[in-house]
Amino acid sequence: MKKENLHYKNVNENPCNMCMPMGGILPFKGLENSMVIIHGSQGCSTYMRRHMAEHFNEPIDVGSTSLNEKGTIYGGGNNLKRGLDNILKVYQPGLIGVLTTCLAETIGEDTERLSAEYLLERGMPDYPVIPVPTPGYGGSHAEGYWLAVRKIVGKLARETEPHNKINIIIPNISPADIREIKRLLQLMQADYTLLPDFSDTLDRPYERSYKKMPEGGTKVSDIIRMAGAMATVQLGLTVDENYSPGLYLEREFGVPFYNLPIPMGVESVDLFLKVLSDLTGNDVPECLLQERGRLLDCMIDSHKYNFQGKSVIFGEPELVYAISRTCLENGIKPVVVATGSKTGRLSELLKPLLDEASEKNFILEETDFVTVRSKSKEAGANIAIGHSDGKYLTERESIPLVRMGFPIHDRVGGQRLLSVGYTGTTMFLDRVTNKLLENKHGNYRKLIYQNFYRGTGRKKLCCPGS
Amino acid sequence: MQAIKLTDALIEERKNSITVKGSVEAKQKQSLTCDAESVAGCVSQRACVYCGARVVLNPVTDAIHLVHGPIGCSSYTWDIRGSLSSAADLYRNSFCTDLKEHDIIFGGEKKLAFAIDELVRKYDSRLVFVYSTCVVGVIGDDLEAVCKAAAEKHNIEVIPVQSSGFIGNKSAGYRAACDSLLRLIEPNSGDVKDIVKIPDSINYLGDFNLAGEVWIIKSYLEQIGVKVNVAFTGDSHCDALKKAPAAALNIVQCAGSMRYLAQKMEEIYDIPCLNISFIGLQDTADSLRKIADWFSNEAMLKRAEKLIEKKTAEVKPLLRNYRKKLEGKKAAIFVGGGFKAVSLIKQFKEIGIDVVMVGTQTGSQEEYETINDLADEGTVILDDANPSELEKFMTEKGADLLVGGVKERPLAYKLGMAFIDHNHDRKHPLSGFVGAVNFAKEVYSTVCSPVWKYAKD
Ligand code: SF4
Repeated sequence: MKKENLHYKNVNENPCNMCMPMGGILPFKGLENSMVIIHGSQGCSTYMRRHMAEHFNEPIDVGSTSLNEKGTIYGGGNNLKRGLDNILKVYQPGLIGVLTTCLAETIGEDTERLSAEYLLERGMPDYPVIPVPTPGYGGSHAEGYWLAVRKIVGKLARETEPHNKINIIIPNISPADIREIKRLLQLMQADYTLLPDFSDTLDRPYERSYKKMPEGGTKVSDIIRMAGAMATVQLGLTVDENYSPGLYLEREFGVPFYNLPIPMGVESVDLFLKVLSDLTGNDVPECLLQERGRLLDCMIDSHKYNFQGKSVIFGEPELVYAISRTCLENGIKPVVVATGSKTGRLSELLKPLLDEASEKNFILEETDFVTVRSKSKEAGANIAIGHSDGKYLTERESIPLVRMGFPIHDRVGGQRLLSVGYTGTTMFLDRVTNKLLENKHGNYRKLIYQNFYRGTGRKKLCCPGS
Repeated sequence: MQAIKLTDALIEERKNSITVKGSVEAKQKQSLTCDAESVAGCVSQRACVYCGARVVLNPVTDAIHLVHGPIGCSSYTWDIRGSLSSAADLYRNSFCTDLKEHDIIFGGEKKLAFAIDELVRKYDSRLVFVYSTCVVGVIGDDLEAVCKAAAEKHNIEVIPVQSSGFIGNKSAGYRAACDSLLRLIEPNSGDVKDIVKIPDSINYLGDFNLAGEVWIIKSYLEQIGVKVNVAFTGDSHCDALKKAPAAALNIVQCAGSMRYLAQKMEEIYDIPCLNISFIGLQDTADSLRKIADWFSNEAMLKRAEKLIEKKTAEVKPLLRNYRKKLEGKKAAIFVGGGFKAVSLIKQFKEIGIDVVMVGTQTGSQEEYETINDLADEGTVILDDANPSELEKFMTEKGADLLVGGVKERPLAYKLGMAFIDHNHDRKHPLSGFVGAVNFAKEVYSTVCSPVWKYAKD
């Protein structure tokens, strides 16, 4: 087992991650009636909107303070205030998130102070504006995501009467996955507040008469009451303590904190349901047990094929962890596990498990695709699981790619991929197994011919079957 | 035609950026405001200076494209374009100095120098473009000095691109890219006057070889006897670009990005330039004639006429069929540059579609005047629009389809409207005679899809 330390790198060759403000947008898109404005120059927000629009196939409205040279030299306070004015006018949101960029951070913009000032000037001191410092050079989009959730909770949650709701805090998973988790919660008869909830806002049903502000998202009133919840279940094992909303709620308000993996794979779904069962006192219902049975059936059906899988897994740390565990449960050996984020957690958590499964494996943190590619080749990976930027592994190394995570910008349906719960895991596993089979079936005639046929070979006949 | 009230158009500061052809307001107004900074909080569809530069330079296939900045700028632009290459494919990588907090405080010059060293050692390339991004502009790294030192050290071209995101908009990025190209083609020695011109040769400016478009146009030109010296920048490479000063003529397709380069080449190398357009049947034919005319070569003109006749005969019946299905539909246009918008209006006319809204991210005054001339009364014309405005005008004017880029697509679909991608990442050519058919086919495939039957109420 090797852990590559790449921190000394002078050049990143084909990035495996995006920047902090990009991650910060997502949680705000999962709050009811909320808008985001990015304090920086125009391009960043446009690029991020483009990326998200392609993944979710949804209009992604994100404001920019459109900082120009003047604002950069003399301070962008006016831009921010005018920007907030215009956002309020056009969108009439109930809440605004203010994210910074590398530019704003470098010139030292204090969005906390500027926002407070703005609200006083406009005579609306109680209006929720939530600044999140997300310098593009500060961390990857995964850190941006968690920090935004952490700041949202920090800003809104208030000491409240204890109540029976469970806080569910989720990482960046697909809208379909969020809906599945909500279904599990319903079946467990758990009363919950799920944050952030972009299951509807970033995967809205088609309907006539377009609404600028999509319906859905976590209610602000519910977030305020998260401080009085009976427990927090955070799906964020890999999250740094400073970014952990669950830990914050525990420390600040004494809400019992359960930090769990994404419920993907038998063990993790079992664990998720067990915790819910303990918290609610309700048994896991029969229909979920049947789904579990079907997953086991699927695993048995495909175990031999999966045994041939040597996977390279890349993306956001939390998802990478969940996928690796699921692979391990099914006899697929993760030989390269990679993330562009800086997190020590991933290797801590995975190292023992991977070492048990295979002798040679690589855990790469803060890495890039040139490294992922060369290690994948070295380790003989034959299947890749991760977002669209891994397409090179297929193109250059003929390693087939099962698309999963964010962003998926070269295929449709990123927002509809279901991979959590017993049912989602079943669907995920089928996608992986079938990719392995497709690859095998596509190549075995040629391979076996090359390896074993030693005759002179008749000329190929033109008519099939003859 | 339904009248549009601009008074309820959304943001006061945007008023002068929107006009309706033939309206009272339009007559009172001097002209449309364009090439201005985007208004804060307006959710502009525009990108940044760096984006403009990256679009123009990225198709140089054998260059190391190194982004000096934070990771985002690099990851959002990694291989998202459909520019094709006939040989090298180094351009499909995205290299980045991935600046971190430490570099912001202490400066990134050293890191940049090391990055260049590493890349040059690893990849066989004679050309490095170093893009500056927002943060680099602020911390004041001396790109010029680092590049110069690296060029001497490795004895290759290392060219800075001054594309700090906040110093303007996308157009400024086009300029920055053209400045870098000018540096690249500048002869290292000898007098400019001594350059021997290649007869009947052109440089083809402003085509990025999306889905092989350069190849298509090149073949037309070669068939009529014009030699294409080098294309800027589709499927180009360092050595070919360096030969640019020897062309007899520059033809300019995407004027927004390349007019400046053409002007400069005219000043410095005495190469005259022609504006042409290979988008749409009419424009393609006109442009071929214009070029042959310029060379005042009888044989060439004849060959051009023959080619036009042959190709037109091939595609006309196809277009006629599409036209029958599409006649009377209404289109809205929101694209990057004014040049593209102008061509699109004409192209829609060819297939019987009325244009009811035209907007661009970076159109120039001149282009908006042309748009205004071409547009029907009542057409909404707007610069640097945002989603709310697009929604409002497309709905009010009853558009059946929108032409735009990736960000606009989901909006159109959510409004129950057909959509045409006219973006850099498309995978089929829209230029030339084939392109005209592809365009009509794409319009047909989206406007006449059965899906709308279920989506309308
Ligand atoms: S940081 Fe600046 S250069 Fe980079 S994408 Fe954002 S606006 Fe463009």
